Parts: sequence; C-alpha cells; structure tokens
Amino acid sequence: MGSIRNFLKDNVRQYGMLIALVVIMLFFQVATGGVLLVPMNVTNLVLQNAYVFILAIGMTLCILTGGNIDLSVGSVVAFISALCGTFVITLHLNVWLSMGLVLLVGLAIGVWQGFWIAYLRLPAFIVTLAGMLTFRGLTVFMLKGLTIGPFPDVFQQISSGFVPDLLGGEDAVLNIMTLVVGAVIAGLYVLVQFSQRLHRKRNGYASAPFGLFLAGVVLVVAVIGIASYWLASYRGLPIIFIIIGILVVAYSFFTIRTVPGRNLYAMGGNEKAAQLSGINTNRVLFFTYVNMGILSAVAGIAVSSRLNAASPLAGQNFELDAIAACYIGGASATGGIGTIVGAIIGALVMGVLNNGMSILGIGSDIQQVVKGLVLLFAVAFDVLSKRKARV
Amino acid sequence: MEDTILEMQDITKLFPGVKALDRVNLSVKRGEIHALVGENGAGKSTLMNVLGGVYPHGSYTGRLVFEGGECSFREIHDSERKGIVIIHQELALIPYLSIGENIFIGNARARGSVIDWDRTYRDAEKLLDLVGLRENVHTAVKDISVGKQQLVEIAKALGKNVKLLVLDEPTASLNEDDSEHLLKLLLDLKAKGVTSILISHKLNEIVEVADSITILRDGATIETLVKGTDDIEEDRIIQGMVGRELVDRFPKREPRIGDVAFEIRDWSVHSPLDPEKKVIKNVSLHVRKGEVVGLAGLMGAGRTELAMSVFGRSYGLHIKGKAFKDGKEIEIRNVRESIDLGISYATEDRKTAGLNLIADIRENITIAGLRKLVHHAVIDRDREAGVAEDFRSRLKIRSTGIRQKVGNLSGGNQQKVVLSKWIFTKPDILILDEPTRGIDVGAKYEIYTIINQLADEGKSVIFISSELPEILGICDRIYVMNDGRIVGEFGRAEATQEGIMKCIMQSIGENGNGKH
Repeated sequence: MGSIRNFLKDNVRQYGMLIALVVIMLFFQVATGGVLLVPMNVTNLVLQNAYVFILAIGMTLCILTGGNIDLSVGSVVAFISALCGTFVITLHLNVWLSMGLVLLVGLAIGVWQGFWIAYLRLPAFIVTLAGMLTFRGLTVFMLKGLTIGPFPDVFQQISSGFVPDLLGGEDAVLNIMTLVVGAVIAGLYVLVQFSQRLHRKRNGYASAPFGLFLAGVVLVVAVIGIASYWLASYRGLPIIFIIIGILVVAYSFFTIRTVPGRNLYAMGGNEKAAQLSGINTNRVLFFTYVNMGILSAVAGIAVSSRLNAASPLAGQNFELDAIAACYIGGASATGGIGTIVGAIIGALVMGVLNNGMSILGIGSDIQQVVKGLVLLFAVAFDVLSKRKARV
Repeated sequence: MEDTILEMQDITKLFPGVKALDRVNLSVKRGEIHALVGENGAGKSTLMNVLGGVYPHGSYTGRLVFEGGECSFREIHDSERKGIVIIHQELALIPYLSIGENIFIGNARARGSVIDWDRTYRDAEKLLDLVGLRENVHTAVKDISVGKQQLVEIAKALGKNVKLLVLDEPTASLNEDDSEHLLKLLLDLKAKGVTSILISHKLNEIVEVADSITILRDGATIETLVKGTDDIEEDRIIQGMVGRELVDRFPKREPRIGDVAFEIRDWSVHSPLDPEKKVIKNVSLHVRKGEVVGLAGLMGAGRTELAMSVFGRSYGLHIKGKAFKDGKEIEIRNVRESIDLGISYATEDRKTAGLNLIADIRENITIAGLRKLVHHAVIDRDREAGVAEDFRSRLKIRSTGIRQKVGNLSGGNQQKVVLSKWIFTKPDILILDEPTRGIDVGAKYEIYTIINQLADEGKSVIFISSELPEILGICDRIYVMNDGRIVGEFGRAEATQEGIMKCIMQSIGENGNGKH
C-alpha cells in the first residue's frame, strides 16, 4: 500500500482543503439541523456564489503568473452591469446583442490593463488598483448614482432560470432531465477514465493503483449522482450551473493539458528560466489579463441578472472574495502553484461558511471575522506544510 | 619575530558535496600588502568570507587569530568591530543615497539615535580627501563612475577605523587611470599603517604593489612568495596557480569531426545597462559537427554575454553580426526561434535562470520542448512522463521519481535536469555555460560523459568554463576570450594551462579586463 501513500502524499495539498470543505459542510449540516444541504439551499448557495466561481477562475490564472492579482474585477463587474442596464433597459437593445457587446467591452478592459501590466511592466497591483477606481467612477457616472431595473425575463433567466424539463411531466416529483444529464456526465467520466487507463497500460506508462483508481471513479460518480438527484428534487438544473461547469472543465483542461496553460506555471515558477526556455512571458501575462477582463464581464452579466438591476454599488469586494478563494484553494502567493479546482473548493469553503452562518443567524460582522481567520489559517497551514516538506 | 596581524590556520570549510577549503593557512604581516591569487573557484572568496564572518564561527574548522587574539566571528559586524573590512566585487553602496550617507551607513555619526548630519558630511569630506576623491559629498552614488564608487567604499572602510582592508578584485571594472590611482592609494594607506589583502587576477598589478603573495589552488594553500626573497615574476605565479597533476578525471573520446555546423562572424553586442558600451567586440568563431569547443576566460570575459546574445538575443542591445548554420545564413530573433533552429543554451546559473525549482523533474525537463508532446493542442501527459522517466534513468538523475520537486535535488542532479531539458529540445548545437560549477567530482564525470555522447552523435557542443583543466580535458579546440574579444585559439594538442593563462594575462596587460 506504499504506492497509495505516495500518491496521497503527492496530492495532499489538493485533498487537504477538500477534506476541510467536507468537514465544514458536515458541521453546518448538523448545526443547522439539516437545512444546509436541503436541495433548495444547495441551489441557492451556488447561485449566490456564481460570481466568485467565475472570478476565481480568472484570478487563479493571474496568481499563477507570479502572484499577480487583479483588484479591479469588482469595479469591472459593476461597470459591465451598468452597461447591461444601459443597453437593455435604457436603450432597449436586443438582450443577446447586449451581452455580446459587454463581453467585447470586457475584452477591451483586459487589453487595456494587460498592456500596462505585460508590456510596460507596471506592477499589476497598481494598474488594477487604478482600474478599480476608474471603473467604479465610470459606473457611478453612467448610472448617475441610480439603480436601474428590472431586466426583461430572458436576461433574468441566466442566473435564476432552470433548464426546462423536456422529459418529465409538469407534476413529476423529480426533474427527469436533470437526472438524465447527470447520468450522461457520469457515463462520460467513467468512459474517459477507463480509456485513459487502458491507453496507459497498453503503452506501459505508470498509472495509479487499481484500487485507488476505482475508488476515485466510484467517488466521483457518487458525487455526480447525489448532486443530480438533489438538484432534480428541487427545480432541476440551473442554467448558471451549466455555465460554471463548462468554465471549470474548460479552464482546468487548459491549465493542465495545454502548452499555454503549462506556460503559466513555468512563468510563475521562474520567469527568467521560462524566458530562456522560449516562452514569451510578456504575451502570457497579457493574455492572462485579457482573459480576466472577459471573465469579469461574464461575472458582470451573471450578477446583474441575479440582482435584476444595474446598481452603482454592485460588485463591491468581489475582488477580495475571488483572491481569498484562490489562496484558500492552495494557490501560492508568489505564483507557479495553484489549480482551478482548488480555487473552486476555496470559493465553496467561503460560500458554505457564509451560508451556514447566515442560516444560524450569525451576523455579517462575525461572518467577516470567521472568513478572515479561515483565510489566514488556510494559508498558514499551506506555508507551514510546504516548509516541512522541504526539509 | 615580525609582527603578524592575521593568522589563519588550517581553515577547512565544507559545502554539501564540496570541500571548498582544505586546511588553508594564511599569515599576513602588519603593514604589508598581501596578495591572494588563484584561479576561479580556488577558494579565495570563501577564505575571505570566513575571515569576514560571513560564514560564522563553527561552520568551518581551524583557527583565526587577529592581532594576537583568537577570534570567533558570528557575523560581519563582529569582524568589522575588530577593524577588518572587506570590499567585495559587487559594491555594497546604495545608489540613491549620497556619498556622505553611504560612507556612514551602519556607522552613523549620531548623538543617541539622532543622526548628526553636519558631522556626517564634515567627516565624509575628510575621508574623501584621504582617498583623493574630489566629489561633492552630497552627490548621489549612482551619479559617479565605478572607479569613484570604489574609492567611496574605501573611504567607508577608513571611516570604520580599518586595520585590515580586504579588496576583492578592486580594479576589475576600472580603467587604466582609475586602477593606477587605486593602487597608489593602497601604497599610501600602507605608509599610514593600514594592512591590506588584495585579491586580483591582474598579476602585473600584484607584482607592482604586493609585499607577499599567497597562492591558492583547489581550496588549498600552495605557497607564499615574499618579495625580496622569492622570485615573483608573473610566470612563476601562473605556474603556482595552475601547476597541478592532471589525473584521469575525464572520460576518453575519439573525436569524429565533420563539417562546420555553426558559425558567427563579426558578432558585436552592446550592454543593455550602458548602450554606449560594447560588451562583445567583433567576435568570430565556428564549431563543427561532433566537436566540443571550449570558451576559456576569466569571469566577466564576456563568454556568457556572447552565448546569450546568440541564443535568441536573450542578452544585449544593438546585436550585429552574421550567424550561419550548416553554411546557410540564419537570423535568430528570439529564444523560441533559436530552439526551433536547433541552437540551445543551458544557463550558467541553474537556480535563478535554469530551473523552475517549485515544479517537478518532469515539468522542468519538458518545458522547452513541450510542443513535441502535443497532439491536437493537448499535451500527452503519458508520453511526457515517459520522456521524463527515460532521461531520469539515462542521465542517472538521483531522485525519488519524476514527480520530485527540482528544488530538493542536489546541485549535480539539478544540473542533469537542466541538461535533460536541453537535450530534449534535440539541438544540433548545444551551448553549455559552466555546467559543472558547484557540483562534486563524481557528477562532473557523469556530465563529461553526457557531453561526449552528444559529440559522438554528431552534435556540436560549445563548452564555457572557468576551470582550465576541464576545458583541456574535454574540448577538441579552445577559444580564449577576454574583455569581449577572442584573444587566442588552441587546438587540443597545443593547448596547455600555462599557454592559455599567459594568453589571458597578456591581453589583460594590453586592454584591461572588462570584468564587472
């Protein structure tokens, strides 16, 4: 069983926070008398935190390049929200056209900030601090300090809509569509895992011990199964779930399995060595911030849709939530270490803490204290365990 | 018996895997200028770091007696309190502070903890006078030349009531006039009773001013020559510096040398820090298939700068000159193009520029050639692991597995990861910059063997090293560089350490050494 121990040791950073998340969930499940994991609450938890997931994905990439952060994302979210309001509500533009336009604006913001950071090498902290002020100012200017709403129905659907149940009847207890989607995903997962393992065996490459492999597959399938059953017993699959799911899978794949993704890690680990290995680090940095701009726009759409309004106060402290999620999820403050899945776990830890304490009726003052301490201890644990590993 | 100010006895200092100093003895008389010479890596700087307390008492063995009392310095401050001041090659001045502020940094003219600026600047003026530097004490250090900065360092030392002044390569980056001024200053200080230890590669200067000369080689004291009793001609010193028995430390290879694989002509490069300054001056050289060509020279001769400017312009400005591969002229605009053209360069400093220390062996080996492992834009991680395993076993990288962090490997194994990384790019021309620095003898032998294998496969290797014996041991042909120029070329048969050393020293005599 030595191989299993080695395998676990290699991946302890990932699993450490996952275990912490499970413990926190169990704690609140008991403390709230079972309310935390009620299907409706689970759905709400994800809907409430959708913006953190989306922003944390982009922020992970920024942090990977060398501990760079983006302080402007909260203001950009507000700015995009204001644009959505102006386009859709004030100017009565088509909803889809408006979304296309604000995504382009997000891209342009990314290009603007990326230019200063990557090609003029101004510290990202300063450029995005400037962006934080600028875009907040522009938001208030554009909305003249007022909140505008409501959005048309189709726009609201993005973050509060559910995938229609085409398969089940009106009065079905479970949402059949959701169960089918869950089964398909689980099936695909099993297929990919087994074909990969077969390929490895055939080519003589090392693979995880079979027991562990099987346990892993069973665990993932069980989680998918439970999740889809849970969702199906409420209102089905939220649309924002699909968006986040696609983003998580796509960005995980990008960071782990593609050359530009690997370049992020190489740059964050040692920029000089990366340059001398033929990596154009300026370009890597530039596109990281372009990407952050686009994802901020996606989060902006999600947030305005959920609030059903464009508010000058939208998006406040979002940057801090996203950054905290990355660090709790094991990203290194100096870059080169971190995963998308880790950031999502980090975001869930924060989200569950928020949600669980709210159910228990704990005030937001105490919630902030707890979240602050969790961030501190999570990173301290990470740093200390790394130091131990070095010796 | 004469008055001895410093006595270092049987100093032995170990680094992991390397014996940097092996029972070294150094005895310096009061009021003399004592020169310390030796090749790069002979242990001069290590010895001075022991003296200055950079390596605290207990991290070495042996006795250190200063002014009759045995000393056990724990930090630099302890040695400075006794009056020992070491001026390092890299000047320790703060560029944006004034000359006066720099002179009294860490030694403030203060009442209590409030600095007395009037006294600071008045005393600074006196000290500048003493070292013969006519500059306003309020001038920022960044605005004066390197030569003058050197004098500020000496003024700073004098401000601490120095008894023993150690200068590590003080004239390396100075021009003729500044060097002369500095040497004269040393003689003046000697007349005032200040003892100094002078480390220098410029043997002519040493012969000019030194009263005695201690020669170090491979971390051991070879001999001490005293002016008046011993012969202190330059040739005599060189013989002491290099005269070692060559044992069989290098694997044998039958060279099978083919056509010219790579050539540069009239290659010139300007410094990125000072665009006016030419760092590489009209260098032409070539390397053939299956040939290992050495680039010999002292540190700062311009070898790394040359190699990096060729490697996709990763160093320097206004790069001019022509490059040819297999007879066809090529243009290498960036590192990516260079790697794609089959020209790779393994950096001198593996920790800061060669490796991603927080990543594992596998990722480090494949990063420069990652595209070879891509299928439909996706990295084939199984093949990647296979490649890494292959290199791990072939190059005998001692580790727990390909997932071990590179930062936890020993120097020699780290170097093998660097070599793997560049061999994986399948280069036709591989430039290796100091590939054996700081690694133990066994690992060195393995790296020589890898180099020989590459040459046997018909690849061309350009081998940069400051250790002459290894250059002589593995190269088919040797270029000698100094001050950004090629100053000599030797075939395997005619090359000797004395010949190469003489070649360097001669050109230093003519042009000065462009060391920084």
